[in-house]
Amino acid sequence: MLIFDADAWIICPIVFPLAASIFFFLSRRTGPVAAPVAALATGVSIIILLRQLLLFGPRHYYIGGWQAPLGITLRFDGPAVLMLAMTGLTGIGITLYARGYFSFRIAAPKRVGRHERQERFFWPLWMMLWAAMNGLFLSSDIFNLYVTMELVSIAAVALAALSGKPASQIAAIRYLLVSFLGSLSYLLGVVFLYKTYGILDLDMLQDIAGAAPGTRVALALITIGLLLKTALFPMHFWLPPAHANALAPVSAILSGLVVKGSFYLLFRFWFEVFSGAISIGALNMLGILGAGAILWGALQAMRQQRLKLLVAYSTVSQLGYLFIAFPLASLEGNMKVWGAVIFMAMAHACAKSAMFMAAGTIYLHIGHDRINELVGIRAYLPVTALAYAIAGVNLMGLPPSGGFIAKWLLLSASFNSMQWWWGVVVMVGSLLASVYVYRVVCQLFIIPEGYTIKKQYPRSHLLEWPAFTLALISLLLGLFAPYPLHILTIGSSNVATIIPGGPP
Amino acid sequence: MMSTNLLYSLTGLVLFALGLYALIVCSHLLRKILASNIMSSGVFLMLVSTAYRAGNGKIDPVPHAMVLTGIVVSVSATALALVLACRVQETSNVTLVREEYQHDTSGA
Amino acid sequence: MSREGVLLICILLSSALPGIIIFGLREESTRLRTGLNLLGASLKLTLVVAMDIGIAQGRVFEVRLLLMPGVEIFLNGDPLSALFATLSSVLWFLTTLYAVGYLEESPNRSHFFGYFSLCVTVTIGIALAGNLITFLLFYEMLTLTTYPLIIHRGTEKALLAGRNYLVYTLAGGGLFLFGVVWLQSIAGALDFSSTGLPVDLLGKYHTELVLIFALLIIGVGVKAAIVPLHGWLPQAMVAPAPVSALLHAVAVVKAGAFGITRIVLDVFGIENVLRLQLLPSLTIAASLTIIYGSVRALQQDDLKRRLAFSTVSQISYIALGVGLADQSLALIGGLVHIVHQGLMKITLFFCAGNLAETLGIHRISQMNGVARRMPLTMAAFTVGALGMIGIPPTVGFVSKWYLGLGGLASGNWWVLAVLVVSTLLNAGYFLPIVTAAWFGKQAGPWPQDRKFGSLETNWMLLLPPLVTAFIIMAVGAVANARFSPLAWVRFIVREYGI
Repeated sequence: MLIFDADAWIICPIVFPLAASIFFFLSRRTGPVAAPVAALATGVSIIILLRQLLLFGPRHYYIGGWQAPLGITLRFDGPAVLMLAMTGLTGIGITLYARGYFSFRIAAPKRVGRHERQERFFWPLWMMLWAAMNGLFLSSDIFNLYVTMELVSIAAVALAALSGKPASQIAAIRYLLVSFLGSLSYLLGVVFLYKTYGILDLDMLQDIAGAAPGTRVALALITIGLLLKTALFPMHFWLPPAHANALAPVSAILSGLVVKGSFYLLFRFWFEVFSGAISIGALNMLGILGAGAILWGALQAMRQQRLKLLVAYSTVSQLGYLFIAFPLASLEGNMKVWGAVIFMAMAHACAKSAMFMAAGTIYLHIGHDRINELVGIRAYLPVTALAYAIAGVNLMGLPPSGGFIAKWLLLSASFNSMQWWWGVVVMVGSLLASVYVYRVVCQLFIIPEGYTIKKQYPRSHLLEWPAFTLALISLLLGLFAPYPLHILTIGSSNVATIIPGGPP
Repeated sequence: MMSTNLLYSLTGLVLFALGLYALIVCSHLLRKILASNIMSSGVFLMLVSTAYRAGNGKIDPVPHAMVLTGIVVSVSATALALVLACRVQETSNVTLVREEYQHDTSGA
Repeated sequence: MSREGVLLICILLSSALPGIIIFGLREESTRLRTGLNLLGASLKLTLVVAMDIGIAQGRVFEVRLLLMPGVEIFLNGDPLSALFATLSSVLWFLTTLYAVGYLEESPNRSHFFGYFSLCVTVTIGIALAGNLITFLLFYEMLTLTTYPLIIHRGTEKALLAGRNYLVYTLAGGGLFLFGVVWLQSIAGALDFSSTGLPVDLLGKYHTELVLIFALLIIGVGVKAAIVPLHGWLPQAMVAPAPVSALLHAVAVVKAGAFGITRIVLDVFGIENVLRLQLLPSLTIAASLTIIYGSVRALQQDDLKRRLAFSTVSQISYIALGVGLADQSLALIGGLVHIVHQGLMKITLFFCAGNLAETLGIHRISQMNGVARRMPLTMAAFTVGALGMIGIPPTVGFVSKWYLGLGGLASGNWWVLAVLVVSTLLNAGYFLPIVTAAWFGKQAGPWPQDRKFGSLETNWMLLLPPLVTAFIIMAVGAVANARFSPLAWVRFIVREYGI
């Protein structure tokens, strides 16, 4: 087993989509046909990885046999595999949806050439992004993380600009500049770390990083960089236009997945690698920004006139919950808060991409997404309307959705750590979320008296069912909470101690 | 006494700050792109200066590898930014990024 | 999992599965849909009765599923849940029959019956919940499953009503969740038990517990329509008649009242609630609601609105009984009213639906002489109305009798006064309807007159109110029999050792 030992499975989630990306770029006609296969292969490799995690525990893999500090180390543990699974699940859904989306557009009589061109560029870029995301979750080296992050950003920007409309291009270039700034800030942080410790490997850093001034500066720079990319309020300004003006599958990718990547890094940096260097004040600061994001994003979402902008602002709002976890994680047993964060991320990924897919389907069918004119969608897109509503339930945090579990864990942590005010923010955020979800759902489900369907559309199952399935997964995720929470504890050094009673 | 190493680092930091200032203040797209390039040069300068190890006179190779990779990344990002900037100018004849273009009300 | 546990799961699945299948059915497959509905309903009824017998024999019905570490979904069939579950499944069976007849030609029936089944599933879930978190889960899901039913017609008015419903219930649900998490952080995940909270917490967390109690009661009080949280209920009348019947008699309002019962009796425990001196406020709120609802009902001309305000008033009898929980007689009166109010109110709503569907009558002023056209319907209506007023031998009398005795025994004379005033008001708003229907003169042609052969209306619409009217009389007449609701409630109350 010299060439391909068991540990080598770890590179498959990166290599499969990467290979697919290159292949689709070289032979552009194969993309639409082979993309679902590539997505499925990636999914299977993630399942195998998950199984290995359950059987053998967390592992390291040294690419080419070069050990740290020289070589590039990959590692997988509970949180990483969960994020891989999140990306994989949502990614398969998005891939199928994108198939339906592009063939629906190509089937439409106008501007066929342009739509075909868009599709041919979509597949390689999307596979590249997926590979980079997986690389980001698996890397164990702060410089390698920089590279994967840049790859994610470049692919994401190119995807965001794909629709070719002026608004989307301006949004994309702004996105690029912001994320470039974020990356540079991160890289500067890496420089400081390397200057202080001469180490790039995360595990080694975790062992020796203390509260030295150099570490603090590095952590601050890294944090600012990642916050810019995660679009935490008030650094969210670039997100709504970029997400709302992109093509629907791209919006789903950007909103559901890409922002989670930088957040994931941030969380691990704060609570694993540099847990010695963080201060309560800084944690509270992030919590306050998170609270601001929840409220501001929700208020903005409530007053949008366009569906996709509304959904984009709701992403700003939902990201805030992830940051509420920071002040709670410091005092309360970490398991709850890690669980809340992971659940929030997973449920939001499924729900938000389902929402953007539904919005895209609606847009394709009626040619606009003005909220006040969405009346009667249920009559001819029942599955899509239902998908949107179910995803909305998740954002509102009602049981049995994954969002409910996340909010329950956050609330419970806020009471147990005597910081109930964060709980109040969570509750208020949920109520505001129900307002903006309701605004749309109510329009979708009205069927005015005497309403007749004006136009018959070709039915496209690939447009409707992936969104519905993802929404349903986000809804039922709450019922299977013990499994992810168990996986979470595998190999994450700060979480391991806490679950009472062990696996389900 | 200021060591050479420190001089490089500080120069890098100054470049970074200059670039950041220009990135925020200038509204012309090309200037913004140039500013971000200056920033990255600053970071690379700092990074490469860490290769110097006082005392034993040996040089740490890892930062060089990192800077090389970083330059590649930065070049590709710049290329993408330039292409996008050209596109933006072609399609909407805009070279400035301002708030009013962000909220297109017509639909995606 | 034990056999008893499997039974509990089956009780939930017996309506959940048909509901999910019905969602997938095409609009035209009426027979299959009706068959599934009735099959599910009768299966559920059988299973619930089996559970009742088991509970009477002292068997333990429990299922535990891990939801999160430290948080369990716990289903538990105790006598109190059996009471609510039995009521729900009996009335669901009848309402299903009624709904099939009522919606015979209206659009979107698959949607309707799908949510209808899910709604009953979560109601039974509320009944079977064995701890507060399980209760919360089903309680929130109840909001989600009833909302589509309320806006089923899709008109502006229905949507407005739906919006108000959501505003009230989601806000209430938020407070409830807050209270539950808070309580859990103090007391841990407690199962419902007749002793309630550990006593040593009382001294340590006095203020917190009072606040939590307030949060929880407000949370469930929204659905129980306690004044001033009742605003959504009269508006929700725009829903189709079977939905109103279900909302008022079985699902939403009753779930709220049931929640109050659970919180006082099984979460806090009677002893603790007395020590914290929380009951007087509950009693006063309930009394105010009783009077307020009756007064408002007097002013309504729209039949369903009048019934709605009557619900506001009547449901608070349950809260009143629970508020006097230190007196076993009052508690019996309150608990038994869970069943009795359901029976009476569902009869009245069935009849109101019949009038609307057959003759297009919506307002009371149109009802003069209607009993000659629809004697059976109006007979059932009369029985329900007399029950509401509390005239023997109907069930309404039994509830009021016990409540009054309990009030006297506790030395609260004003409770009796509340009951008397309320009874007079009930008579004031029901008797005119009854007399006008039987003895009034028909003013003109009915707004719309549909013929159904020799019967006064569709048999599926006629049978359910007749059955419930019969039950009202029968249960009232044999209130002391061995398996009457009253006997069962006595069996429940004995557990609390008052």
